[in-house]
Amino acid sequence: MTVRLSAAAYAGMLAFAERGLPNEVCGLIAGEVRGDVKIVRRVYPLSNLDASPTHFSIDPKEQLAAVRDMRAGGLIPLGNFHSHPNTPARLSPEDIRLARDPQASYLILSLSGRPALKSFHIERACATEETLEIV
Amino acid sequence: MKIIVGGKFKDYPEGLRLSALIKQENVETPEYVTVALNDDFVESAAFDEIVLKEGDNVEFLYFMGGGGE
Repeated sequence: MTVRLSAAAYAGMLAFAERGLPNEVCGLIAGEVRGDVKIVRRVYPLSNLDASPTHFSIDPKEQLAAVRDMRAGGLIPLGNFHSHPNTPARLSPEDIRLARDPQASYLILSLSGRPALKSFHIERACATEETLEIV
Repeated sequence: MKIIVGGKFKDYPEGLRLSALIKQENVETPEYVTVALNDDFVESAAFDEIVLKEGDNVEFLYFMGGGGE
């Protein structure tokens, strides 16, 4: 599966992550699926209930509201994203352990050094990196 | 009875329990699903106790969390 998002969407996600420092930020991505490409049409910045530089938990009430907004806009949930303020864009053991939606793409935006964004598919604790396109 | 599941109206028989709905809807990794019933989040221990009623609005979500360390 390929995940494709616009440069503007990426810039918005990056700005959100930088504003959230020193904590991790998180949110959802939504859009459409064409063949084996997930096209991100909207990024939902949501609250990190943990307010932590090393952990995140998406506020479930905001998650529910975002899902309903996606539905109203004809979009489907594609996955989520969170930032790693001080570590590379790689999955931590906790990221894998807590990944519970096999349909979701899990995006990690690292702010350690030059910003880097990667996407992963995680199913039954098995993670594979997805192709990510910023266009 | 008609209930709303994931934003869609569906017909189910009276007396349907929430745990049965999760099976009927083929929810993936049901052991990890979070359920909102009429906008209230339901403890998984109560899934088998809750009997759905006409007009109930059910949403299935997955907890999303992790960490960078």
